[in-house]
Amino acid sequence: MSTTTWAWLVLLFPLLGTLVNGLGYRRLGRGAAGAIGTAAIGLAFVCALGALFSLQGHDAEHRALVSSLWDYAVTGEVDAKLSILVDPLSVYMMLVVTGVSTLIHLYSVSYMKGDRGYARYFAYLNFFVFSMLVLVLGGNFLMLIVGWAFVGAASYLLISFWYRRGTATRAGIKAFVINVVGDVGLVLGTFFVLRHSGTLDFLGTFRAVEGGAFAGHHGALVAGCLLILVGAFAKSAQIPLHTWLPDAMEGPTPVSSLIHAATMVTAGVYLIARLHPLFEAAPAAADTAAVVGCVTLLIAGTIALTQTDIKRVIAYSTMSQIGYMIMAVGAGGYVAGLFHLMTHAFFKALLFMAAGSIIGAMAGAQSLDKMSGFRKAMPFTFGCFVVGGLALSGVPPFSGFFSKDEILAFVGNRGGWFVALYVVGYVGAFLTAVYTWRMIFRAFWGEPCAEARELEHGHLAHAEVPTNPADGEVEDTDVGFPGPEHTIAERALPMKVAMTLLAIGATVAGLVQIPNVDHVITSFLEPTFADSKYIHDEPSNSLTYFGMALGTVLALMGIALAHRIWVAKPGSAAAWRARFKPAYTLFVNKWFFDEAIDLLVVRPFAAFGNFSRRTFERVVVEGTLVDGTTSVVRAGSAAVRAIQTGFLRYYAALLLLGGAAVVLYFLIAAS
Amino acid sequence: MSIAWYLVVSALIFCIGAGGVLVRRNPLVILLCLELMLNAANLALIAFARMHGNADGQIFALIVMVVAACEVTVGLGLIVAIFRRRLPIDVDELRELQG
Repeated sequence: MSTTTWAWLVLLFPLLGTLVNGLGYRRLGRGAAGAIGTAAIGLAFVCALGALFSLQGHDAEHRALVSSLWDYAVTGEVDAKLSILVDPLSVYMMLVVTGVSTLIHLYSVSYMKGDRGYARYFAYLNFFVFSMLVLVLGGNFLMLIVGWAFVGAASYLLISFWYRRGTATRAGIKAFVINVVGDVGLVLGTFFVLRHSGTLDFLGTFRAVEGGAFAGHHGALVAGCLLILVGAFAKSAQIPLHTWLPDAMEGPTPVSSLIHAATMVTAGVYLIARLHPLFEAAPAAADTAAVVGCVTLLIAGTIALTQTDIKRVIAYSTMSQIGYMIMAVGAGGYVAGLFHLMTHAFFKALLFMAAGSIIGAMAGAQSLDKMSGFRKAMPFTFGCFVVGGLALSGVPPFSGFFSKDEILAFVGNRGGWFVALYVVGYVGAFLTAVYTWRMIFRAFWGEPCAEARELEHGHLAHAEVPTNPADGEVEDTDVGFPGPEHTIAERALPMKVAMTLLAIGATVAGLVQIPNVDHVITSFLEPTFADSKYIHDEPSNSLTYFGMALGTVLALMGIALAHRIWVAKPGSAAAWRARFKPAYTLFVNKWFFDEAIDLLVVRPFAAFGNFSRRTFERVVVEGTLVDGTTSVVRAGSAAVRAIQTGFLRYYAALLLLGGAAVVLYFLIAAS
Repeated sequence: MSIAWYLVVSALIFCIGAGGVLVRRNPLVILLCLELMLNAANLALIAFARMHGNADGQIFALIVMVVAACEVTVGLGLIVAIFRRRLPIDVDELRELQG
């Protein structure tokens, strides 16, 4: 089979899974829905492997294959085709997406077992994977936008999965609205690019950029790239369009793991890497991306220090890590950014899965304030959490260490003002270690809480009355709410298998790319980025080794600090909070971004809308247009109606007079 | 004999019929007056036919009679229906079509 056929098959299986689960959800049994969903993604992963091996059979120069199934609209100016582009970058993304998705589907089979919306869940999840694959495989801007919008829709559906929870539906709407802002940016940016390049096709656009299509229109290119960045920032939760991501944690935990950590939110990173010839031709836009990524990684890291909801801590951590990736691809370190994308997908999915297991043991509660001492009760979850935490904080030899270090070494090597980003990146790395281990120490160390003690005796805690962890509202466990039963990894084999595989990935995935030892990812992705001007920027050995040493020291210091605050001297956290009160207030309120957006965007628009409704709508639309038209018609009909008296003689007289008048007219006319 | 006399008689009968249609309130009488108007027209048609010496007017008069018969059937049917429903037999009372 040809490489592109494999890629089409990768798209086909999740689509089939969606259709079967979505159309047959009433008839499918619980086991069948989960099995179909998981098998569809598993087959997609196998086909992605087929595409990988098939692609490696081509020469390095001929590893960008385009296949088109259908022409939507091909005219002089627009070439909208149903086409895919299979090159090392898309195959890489395909492998990460299908691989992690398979494991998360497997995990969901157990985790969602008690939920009434089981088949619906798998239909949505398969739809998400299909959309994400359209996004990464699309061979032109049109397919990219379609996939981009589809993943936004899937994200909305899954955040609001428990649709009778008010907090979940609100979070879903918020995520959707902010993502649509990004979609609009992406579409407008595409228009700017299309106007001068004359083609929607990626490879054609890159050739046009290289051929000087933007020679006299540099401003249009920069504007287009900046608008595309708006799309990337909204999808990847970068400041200031990030406020939806923490709220998105209202969705089921495997959803947070798949969509809001491992795959969808990294779409922005993919987008910048995919369009790197445009961004290299518009360095102002690329620098913007790097700076925004850097700011995001710092701000998200500080917020994560103070949050108490375990999923939100991981969500802010995700934002922060994507900040690293965006900074990397903005600075031109595409391979480093994508390498971190992969390792992050492993360890962050793992952390979310472990968090889901703890939440199961807590009977749905998510607050770190209530958890403690789960170390003995949940040894497997604890092990996975520690592996994920070590990888996230960048302790060698775990995967996060190598990928984060590669990003920072690359950024440091760019020199100039990039050194500031380099320094902030290491500050962020220190924060990462502190907030990750704060979470671990608070959940697993200390005096076991009631649920942990019960679990040590073999009973899984069960909430007397199910409540919403966000606002404490009492819920029943019928459809539209989380199911009555909770599952922990220790007691469910599928969850255990998924987490073990991810833990192995999170541990060893970094070893494929050790400076001066091996460079699997670099050599695999090189054909895609061969035209990049940064491809041969290799950090010097001294910078690399200095960075590695610094990263290790900072990570260990962070862990030590967290240990000191939350284990060695319990209660000292309050003293720290008191000492840094202004900073704490800022961080715990998430830097007041929600309030600022409310004040600057939501309120003015709401006020304008209210004004329009009260004034323009009442006076112009209702008063003049609608009422004016009806009153004209009404007056006219009243005048005509007066003739209709209903008296027969009256009509007869009119008829007679009319006839007489006609006869008279002809008589006079004839004479 | 001049055709003028025939036409004068025809016009007189027509005016009597028209006046009856306009002033009477009983639908039966109105129908009778309508018949008068039709027959006035028939008289004029036949007079003109004799004057021109061909049969066109006569044929037309026959057709008018056919139409008149139909009209009377429908009109009497309506009157019977009104009577059966015990509605007033008075065209001024039957004015639901007022706008």
